[in-house]
Amino acid sequence: MSDEIQAAVEEEEFDFEKVKPVLVEPLVDNNPIILQVLGICSALAVTSQLSTALIMSIALTSVVTASNTAIAVIRNHIPASIRIIVQMTIIASLVIVVDQILKAVAYDISKQLSVFVGLIITNCIVMGRAEAFAMQNPPLASFFDGLGNGLGYSLILIAVAVVRELFGSGSLLGVEILPLVKNGGWYEPNGLLLLPPSAFFIIGLLIWAVRTWKPKQVEAPEFRILPAHGEVA
Amino acid sequence: MPENTQTSAGFSETWQQWKARAKAYFDKLRALPNDSFEKTLAVAFWVCMACAVVVSFAAVALKPLQEANKAADMKRNILEVVGLWEEGLDVDEAFKRFEIKVVDLATGEFVEDIDPETYDMRQAAKDPDLSEPIPRERDVAQIKRKPKYATVYLLRDDSGELQAIVLPVSGYGLWSTMYGFLALEPDCNTVIGINFYDQGETPGLGGEVVNPEWRALWRGKKVYDENGTPVLRLVKGTVDPKQPGAEYMVDGLAGATLTSNGVSNLIRFWLGEDGYKPFLDKFCGGAR
Repeated sequence: MSDEIQAAVEEEEFDFEKVKPVLVEPLVDNNPIILQVLGICSALAVTSQLSTALIMSIALTSVVTASNTAIAVIRNHIPASIRIIVQMTIIASLVIVVDQILKAVAYDISKQLSVFVGLIITNCIVMGRAEAFAMQNPPLASFFDGLGNGLGYSLILIAVAVVRELFGSGSLLGVEILPLVKNGGWYEPNGLLLLPPSAFFIIGLLIWAVRTWKPKQVEAPEFRILPAHGEVA
Repeated sequence: MPENTQTSAGFSETWQQWKARAKAYFDKLRALPNDSFEKTLAVAFWVCMACAVVVSFAAVALKPLQEANKAADMKRNILEVVGLWEEGLDVDEAFKRFEIKVVDLATGEFVEDIDPETYDMRQAAKDPDLSEPIPRERDVAQIKRKPKYATVYLLRDDSGELQAIVLPVSGYGLWSTMYGFLALEPDCNTVIGINFYDQGETPGLGGEVVNPEWRALWRGKKVYDENGTPVLRLVKGTVDPKQPGAEYMVDGLAGATLTSNGVSNLIRFWLGEDGYKPFLDKFCGGAR
């Protein structure tokens, strides 16, 4: 199989200028969460603390990068009839490996993340990138596409987690930033931010902010309300 | 010497042969149309093989580290249940204050010929030689089998005076078997604390068995009534400290009746005749 990989890598010449848009675009211009609105469920579940969001970001970025690369290497030999299941097998194996590594090196955090690491398998970003990019593009470009999308996801996750942990528990990474009333300080934490719905609000506000900054991202309305009968248009 | 070169030449020849065969096989595979039946099967097989190798390699290579983490987590939980745990504590050092003993559950005697360091009670519960089935009508904690021997942790202070007895407990809640520790005062009756290190109850409802505020309610409760029956249980709502028998009741978990029942049942089972009662009776003698 190794000359197979060799051949696949050689077929593309490495040119950073070419892969740069693939890497940078998913950060803001084509962000998987705020533009494509994928991978929302884990963004709600793991962002109440910055530490879990960071670990989840690393886990997802490594899975999507590795799965994109692996799928791109064998993309010309995947039969269309078992396309999805081959992708799933590769993704699932990578997720298990990541989960095992977390259990070995970051036991407490892996306990807190519990099922959400396993659920990376069903994360729409990973499948979406495999199907939309890695199946048509060479390994290096797919590697950067995976990395870019993973980082785009991480960016939003971290932004949401910073807001939620800072205003929900007055701390960042467990270090107290805003002294809480409970500990003799002045800040009364906002309990809503610790509950999953608050991530919806924050992501919604982020989408609004980014679309105001980059009006290009606003979709054309799907329908228009016609003027009523008799009304002079 | 010539013999040696003979065998190594023979080996490298076989190797070359096999290499050529494998290459021919993969070349043939590569040339097949993608959607042919043969290629579909071959791709499925080789993808599975490759993934299986990666996954099993990761699982096997990382196992020692994971086991060490689990053991450290267990020690941390034992320290926590007696209130010794704090952030940044050297777990192994602090854990030396515990004397670990293996107890025969049926007789309540200490067993000396099993090494408590290596004896794994959870593993033993699955081993037909080291465990026994619990008759259904007595299996209140719904754990089906119980190990014959249990590990108990005795906390002593510097002068060797007993300070706490930590007992591993387990029982079925709503979704999962909950594993935890119960710590008792040297009188074998008053609760110091309880915690669960492995449970899969509904987060936010039954999962609140790990909530430190709820667990703090257990402190000072009594397990056995005057007849020596374990009566400590969870009740619906809040326990009024003035009500009679309040020392045998702990607030139930709101919205988690079945998990609460599971906790009551595991106390009833593990502190009853099938559990640690023979041991506690012997160990504390007539003190209770």
